[in-house]
Amino acid sequence: MKAFEYARPETEAEAIEFLGTNAGQTAVLAGGTDLVSLMKAELLTPARVVDLKRIPSLREVTRVDGGVQIGSLTTLSELAQHPLLGGYRSLFDVIDGVRAIQVQGSGTIGGDLCHLPNCWYFRGGYGLLATENGVSLPEVGDNRYHAILGNSGPAKFVNASRFAPALMAWGAKVRIIGPSPEQAEWVPLEYFYITPKTNSQGNTVLKPGQLISHVWLPDAAETASATYEVLQMEGLDWPLASAGVCVEVDGGLVRSARIVMGHVAPVPWLATEAARPLIGRPLNDDTAGMVADAAVARTTPLSMNEYKVQLARTAVKRALLKAVGKLDI
Amino acid sequence: MAERKVGWEPQGKHTLVGKEIQRLDGPLKASGQAKYANDTNPPGTLFAKLLTSPHAHAKLVMLNLDKAKAVKGVKAVIAMAEVGQEVRFEGWPIVAIAAERPEYAEDGLRAIEIKFDVLSHFVDEADLKGAQAAEVTDGGEKVTLTKSLGTQKKGDVETALKEAKTVHKGYYGIHTITHMCLEPHGSHAAWDGDKLNVAISTQGVSIVAGQYAKPFGIDEASVSIKCDFIGGGFGSKFAVDEWDVACAKLAKETGKPVRLLLSRATEMQIAGNRPSAFIEVTTACDAEGKLTAWDSHHWGTNGPKGSTVALTVTPYVFDPPNRTRTATGIITHCGPDRAWRAPNHPQACAYSQTALDDLAAKAGLDCLTFFQRNLGLTNVPHIYGPELEIAAKLMDWKTKWHPRGQGGGNGPVKRGIGLALHTWGGGPHQSNVQLKVYPDGSVEVTMGSQDIGTGTRTCIAQVAADTFGLPMSAVKVNIGSNKYPKAGPSGGSTTIGGVSGPTRRTAQQALWKIFDLVAAKYNVDAGTLSAKFGMLWSGDKEVCTWKQAASLVGPMALELQGGPVTEDEKLTDKQVGGVQMAEVAVDTETGVVRMVKMVAVQDIGLIVNRLLARSQVYGALIMGIAYSLTEERIMDNKTGRFINANLVDYKLPRIGDIGDLVVEFYEPEDQYKRGVIGLGEPPVIAPGAAISNAVANAIGVRVPVLPLTPKRVLDALKGAGA
Repeated sequence: MKAFEYARPETEAEAIEFLGTNAGQTAVLAGGTDLVSLMKAELLTPARVVDLKRIPSLREVTRVDGGVQIGSLTTLSELAQHPLLGGYRSLFDVIDGVRAIQVQGSGTIGGDLCHLPNCWYFRGGYGLLATENGVSLPEVGDNRYHAILGNSGPAKFVNASRFAPALMAWGAKVRIIGPSPEQAEWVPLEYFYITPKTNSQGNTVLKPGQLISHVWLPDAAETASATYEVLQMEGLDWPLASAGVCVEVDGGLVRSARIVMGHVAPVPWLATEAARPLIGRPLNDDTAGMVADAAVARTTPLSMNEYKVQLARTAVKRALLKAVGKLDI
Repeated sequence: MAERKVGWEPQGKHTLVGKEIQRLDGPLKASGQAKYANDTNPPGTLFAKLLTSPHAHAKLVMLNLDKAKAVKGVKAVIAMAEVGQEVRFEGWPIVAIAAERPEYAEDGLRAIEIKFDVLSHFVDEADLKGAQAAEVTDGGEKVTLTKSLGTQKKGDVETALKEAKTVHKGYYGIHTITHMCLEPHGSHAAWDGDKLNVAISTQGVSIVAGQYAKPFGIDEASVSIKCDFIGGGFGSKFAVDEWDVACAKLAKETGKPVRLLLSRATEMQIAGNRPSAFIEVTTACDAEGKLTAWDSHHWGTNGPKGSTVALTVTPYVFDPPNRTRTATGIITHCGPDRAWRAPNHPQACAYSQTALDDLAAKAGLDCLTFFQRNLGLTNVPHIYGPELEIAAKLMDWKTKWHPRGQGGGNGPVKRGIGLALHTWGGGPHQSNVQLKVYPDGSVEVTMGSQDIGTGTRTCIAQVAADTFGLPMSAVKVNIGSNKYPKAGPSGGSTTIGGVSGPTRRTAQQALWKIFDLVAAKYNVDAGTLSAKFGMLWSGDKEVCTWKQAASLVGPMALELQGGPVTEDEKLTDKQVGGVQMAEVAVDTETGVVRMVKMVAVQDIGLIVNRLLARSQVYGALIMGIAYSLTEERIMDNKTGRFINANLVDYKLPRIGDIGDLVVEFYEPEDQYKRGVIGLGEPPVIAPGAAISNAVANAIGVRVPVLPLTPKRVLDALKGAGA
């Protein structure tokens, strides 16, 4: 790890000032579960690390008009225990799936949303697009964990966020602050992620000097939700595929359904079209299976990851059934 | 006088031997007070780091260390490779730097000017044809990457196949795994004039000093080795490695102590692995289910040497009358192998007993029946036979077994059971002991041994205390230094026999000397004396306390030296057999395999410490589950790199992945009478085949290659049109 300067702001404005706007010169420290590894591997070599943990406003969960606002530094354990979040079942599914109490205790919701891809070529120093002499390594190399959707461009990695599918299904927004201390805007989460064409673009809309301060969720009301992650192991492990869903059921028939697939594409994959046939029908094994088939109908697996199509399909089907209490595995 | 005979008490007569006694150093380990070589960090220590090759195959064409030497805090820089030299795997050490702080050493590494000519590589261990076709040079010369490891023939396979009732053809494989010692390889070296003091994580406290003497031109007597605890070895820590020599060189050059530990990635890349093996086999049985023929060709890699699993263990355990076996080694640009817990056996078991299980299924037989009918082809049928019965009861085999894929249930999760057999030597190594009985009654046992998981300290204390009729607390044990009486390295499951045998004999001899002194002093017949409960007894009459007896040795301790055990002492033995059964639940929609239960039935002769023995088996089963389901070195064909050389992508199971483990020792009197036999390796052999067979039983399809990842399970289901 390279030597760096450590800054510990106490307000959001101070954080933005410390962050500055020189790309690559600063890094945001939230829970630190991944940043430290990235710095040890010298994939990130910031001259200054800005630690957000002492900013009270980033740790608050509050009721706001029409929903709940969650500070981005709220840890997974804090989320799990918060009385305002009891209605958001799909978030608990994610927290449960993390399993490691160390990560639950230190990992944050904002950190998860900004988690850089786990693509082993990226982690091995070949950049976000994982190229060597202009050749895409995931395309010709070992792509067993790579994208099966949205992978026609140079980006083949999968988005690493575990909360994003659930949050996007809820219609979450993120509050982005910076690059000047007074700037702040709310962005729907589905517009937060990008599929980069170049290594320097990153995989989110965040520009140098910006960070996520809060996440907003609409009132849970009567909406049922669930996340299903396909995990190889019972311990700490990354999902091979996942799905977050929100469903409104009225008189036994589905009134609305939103489905987002995780770990299948460079961005969380909104399966809006696939969910449409559910409207006005009961949610059961057959209809969930039909929707799941539709969700993976246009997948474009790489040489080694066709099995992930089946996993994504299963994740969608099981998340839907789980949301309405019909998953029996 | 009754005959004084070295040996163990009859079964059931020992007070401590055979009992469940907690590891003496457990609290130290659990509380972090146990100091490993990796913890050795006295003030003034310099921190060393390695620059290693990022390439699988390359020629080093430029190396300039001047700028690195000028970096702040850097105290010494040494080259471990020469310009013009080829490096043959990722992680190959090139430069070692010692600095006042680890960060300075890293700054130094960044300042090294280095250039490679990258050469073509081959790392696909399963691809025999690819290896044959690969265009690869070494030292500028084109090389062939495949090496014939021979063919061995017995009987007439061709005729046997023609006459067989059932013939099965199959392909199986098992990938390379690394040792993954949680305490990485490394050492702390400090010079005191011409004397070298080393703390090193080693499985061979008494054998490594000489490996330091030569490179530094010093006497072996000038080298002190210390290793009180080891954080995992599994066969990979028998030598002083080049990085350890570099560490001592840096210490010599700087005049300061230096500490050099491998990083996790380097540890995984170069500090040892278990070779891979892939096999094509045709095997057959007659109408009674008797195995009649085996014809196989297996290949795999152990890195640059180009070898794989030994021919001699193929097929594993069962030796049919007609058998042809061929092996081909593949030279790869992957890190070199080292002995891994029961070398050759886990792979051979995994690729043999899966094929036999498939043959049994094709013949329409329950594999338990099939294995039972063929026990005559094994080395220890008298052990396997009763063990299979015991295991089947513990697994409830008869209730749970079903023909392949017919486990019932409409849900996607299918259950299945499978089994496998294994064998191992486990005879004692050559160890010496020094035993002292002090006039105050305390006892001290000293051996230049080590504890790689055996519970060496505890077992030595247990044997000595038991012999003298004392509590565990009365015995002090010293191990972990080459200045102690030399003891064999811990490999081959040799340690428990190697240390408990000499300790028992020497303790008995010391006790007899004390009996003589007591007999003279208290005017009793020495032949009637025994030591129990801290007292000496003549028949059932108390004679004196142990302390009174010990005081008779005079002002100085009674000291005895003991050499290695001999066969005629019958304190130890070798050759065991074990049976394991696995139960799994396979989610056919995700390919995820969950362990439900494993049963391990094992003979180990006389058990010294039942708790530690059971722990050894638990550890082996967990390690076996790891390589069966999740653990795998993944080499990237394109870059030639070990792309999951980290603890995230190199998947190791956690406790929730293990399921229920049931351990049962097979210990009738005739087994007890054999004496102590090693246990470290045998139980790690069978899990691969047992678990793979259980998965095949569950889903009706063989997943041919270990580990059984969701991808492989789903691919197998898809291939079968399921």
